[in-house]
Amino acid sequence: MTKLTVNGKAIEVAAEADTPLLWVLRAELKLTGTKFGCGMALCGACTVHLDGQPVRSCVTPLSAVGARAVTSIEGLAGAQAQALRQAWTEIDVVQCGYCQSGQLMSACALLQSNRRPSDAEIDAAMSGNICRCGTYPRIRLAIHTAAGKL
Amino acid sequence: MPSLKRRHFILGALSAAGALVVGWSAAPARQRLLTGAALAVVPGQVALNGWVKVAADNSVTVMMSQAEMGQGAHTGLAMLLAEEMDLAWEQVRLEQSGDDGIYNNQSMIVDALPFAPEDQGMAKRAATHLAGKIIRELPGMQGTGGSSSIKDQWLPLRQAGASARAMLIAAAAKQWQVEPAQCRTIDGHVLHASGRRASYGELAAGAARLALPASAPLKKAADFTLIGKPVRRLDNAAKLDGSAAYGIDALPDGLLYASIQMCPTLGGKVLRFDAAAARKLPGVRKVVAVAPMAGGLGTVGLTSGGVAVIADTPYQAQRALRLVTVEWEHGAAAGLSSAAVMDTLVNSLEDGDAKPHQRRGDATAALASAARVIEAEYRVPFLAHAAMEPMNCTAQFTNGGATLWVGTQAAGITRRAVAGALGIDTEKVTVHVPFLGGGFGRRYMNDCVLQAVALSRETGGRPVQLLWSREQDMAHDFYRPAYAARYRAGFDAQGRLTAWLAVSAGSSLGAPGMLDGTVQGAADTPYLFPAVRVSHRTVDSPVPVGFWRSVAHSQNAFFTESFIDECAAAAGRDPVALRAGLLGHDARHLRVLRRAAELSGWDQPTPPGPDGARHARGIAMHRSFGSIVAHVVELSIGVADQIAVRRVVCVIDCGQAVNPNLVRQQMESAIVFGLSAALHGEITVAGGQVQQSNFHDYAPLRIDRCPRIEVDIIDSDAHPGGVGESGTPPIAPALANALFALTGRRLRTLPLKLA
Repeated sequence: MTKLTVNGKAIEVAAEADTPLLWVLRAELKLTGTKFGCGMALCGACTVHLDGQPVRSCVTPLSAVGARAVTSIEGLAGAQAQALRQAWTEIDVVQCGYCQSGQLMSACALLQSNRRPSDAEIDAAMSGNICRCGTYPRIRLAIHTAAGKL
Repeated sequence: MPSLKRRHFILGALSAAGALVVGWSAAPARQRLLTGAALAVVPGQVALNGWVKVAADNSVTVMMSQAEMGQGAHTGLAMLLAEEMDLAWEQVRLEQSGDDGIYNNQSMIVDALPFAPEDQGMAKRAATHLAGKIIRELPGMQGTGGSSSIKDQWLPLRQAGASARAMLIAAAAKQWQVEPAQCRTIDGHVLHASGRRASYGELAAGAARLALPASAPLKKAADFTLIGKPVRRLDNAAKLDGSAAYGIDALPDGLLYASIQMCPTLGGKVLRFDAAAARKLPGVRKVVAVAPMAGGLGTVGLTSGGVAVIADTPYQAQRALRLVTVEWEHGAAAGLSSAAVMDTLVNSLEDGDAKPHQRRGDATAALASAARVIEAEYRVPFLAHAAMEPMNCTAQFTNGGATLWVGTQAAGITRRAVAGALGIDTEKVTVHVPFLGGGFGRRYMNDCVLQAVALSRETGGRPVQLLWSREQDMAHDFYRPAYAARYRAGFDAQGRLTAWLAVSAGSSLGAPGMLDGTVQGAADTPYLFPAVRVSHRTVDSPVPVGFWRSVAHSQNAFFTESFIDECAAAAGRDPVALRAGLLGHDARHLRVLRRAAELSGWDQPTPPGPDGARHARGIAMHRSFGSIVAHVVELSIGVADQIAVRRVVCVIDCGQAVNPNLVRQQMESAIVFGLSAALHGEITVAGGQVQQSNFHDYAPLRIDRCPRIEVDIIDSDAHPGGVGESGTPPIAPALANALFALTGRRLRTLPLKLA
């Protein structure tokens, strides 16, 4: 058994140490909001936070998590998360929505480190997250909108 | 009122026999009001027809036969019923519909009939009417494709809402002993002039005992309160907190997980395999060979056979799969290359015996007598769908019945394919359709479903979730076919266009004959060429091919709208003016074209970018799925010859825009999807194997290269056109035309590469 802190709760999981965090979250903990997209850290759909830093859970083995607190979309909270969800809703960012958990995790990490990101800073922070529905223009607008409310 | 009596007789038969065959005497849309079997309800809930249920708590459930794959169909469809029923938006709930003829998609098939969009003739009307009736009776023709959801259910859902509203008013009038005409409805309540008021929930049980009204008039466009408004999406909240369930999120009790490695050669299969090492790993239950599978529905080719590991967790299945060694039977595609396919296509472009699809005048003679002739050859590659949610399906086969959880665009076809594969009755198959993590046509195909069904026979009745890796998803698609085309135009001594000849070669999709849509967007252009001949030669290859967002329009708009631009350049004409001159009195096309020119500042010089880089514009316009879209692309050349798209101005005439916000979303989506393909999209095949494997070598557009997009919607109250796909076709030619304007170089092969 491996000890983990997930969304504020201390738990133990049975998965083997080489299991990517993504599959621990999805299959063992039934936290299916974190998505599988590529398995190679190319698309960002699996983004979660470890101690507030965005990481790609599809290439993060359980053994590498250690004592760091895991936050998935289900546990994403706080002023930035609230502002982002509100902006995402007002602007109707989502389409199929499959990539949006990862988009929000990346956007939240950005706003936590940069209160007023420029277009270029948004592009830099968000270019690891692919969206096939093309929600990018609205993502940019929604991040600016959320930043404006913080 | 014999027709009314007839209607009551039929309804009486329904309650007696529990089944209903609606007579052909009814108006077509009203044939889509009642399901064969009454809708299932929970305690406190009643069904008022086949589309809507009302509960005592005043929640109103709209039946959704269409898949929600991002296009916003669920929100737009619910608006149609809510409008006519006068619901408060907060009352609306959604539920997946069952499998019944009223949900069959008539528009998708009718739109594929070989008639010009502007044709209003008797033959077209008769064929459309007949096709609609036939489709109503065909099992399993429910489907989400061809940008047709709103177009198809525009009348049925509104009539269902109006009919339910009339029944609720009738119930209130009966209870209050007043005239129905003295009652009105607002926000899910019936109100009487006396001040009496009751919620739909309070009236529903009484309403359900009443006969279906003989007629229920629809609102006039001027009275709409929801339709035409930018209503928020219903799926926002669930997609922002992780609770939205996709196919991959199905978690039935006792779930096992499967991972598959298919033969890397297209259409190949397993000869033998050694799984001894894999079986020793923890959690591994079974290792089995899976046969090649068809995609169904007008696709060409087979998904390769493979070896699947079934295990307790997804990672245990994936890890064990790497230890399986397989000997493959590579099959017919071994040695095939996409370059050789393209050579074959180009060599097939002699139009002597290609099948003509559009002929007006004697184009060949007109070309022979032209003062000047130009000719151009275009090529487009195979393309993968690459939806963000890789292909997956969860299946359980137990007690002679099957249950599936799968994001499918074609639940009816899927259900029957599963029944066929298992040799059981269709009624024994239940298909749950959660959200789709992107579809783009890929989720019309049942290959992955049939693999999962095969695995469900191996698990002793436990459900099994088969998930493809991204690599499998990329290498085993039903690709947008590669095409080649040769276009020729003749001009007279004054530079006027006198002849237009087009021939293309490549796979044909859809049903052979009437429903072959391969020339859509090429043989039905709005341009009034004095003489025209458009033909196509079907050349299949062993590469599996299928429907990709906008299907044949995706290549034909590139050919047609690039070549129109070449004609303008050859004639020394402005591209907008040349198009306008060929549109005659086609007011809709002219309006879209002129509006795009106006909004983009077409008549003014293009200012340089903030970095001083020279910018240029290009325009393209295309009609597809009942909508007309024009794009003006503004671009510059960045470092290392990178094409930098700065701005896209998009104008769409989609008839009545049910939800302008969803229309805008779909234009943005289709533009980004089309830019990904035009700038980077290319599937190549070598040695019979797809060379791309993941997002590093099949690279969708990322946010840092996404242009500013401005969308304008033409005001219209015409029957809604499709919006899910119609923004994709014109983006590639607008891009190529802008590149020509900037550099003088005409790129005729996709993806566009300067270096």
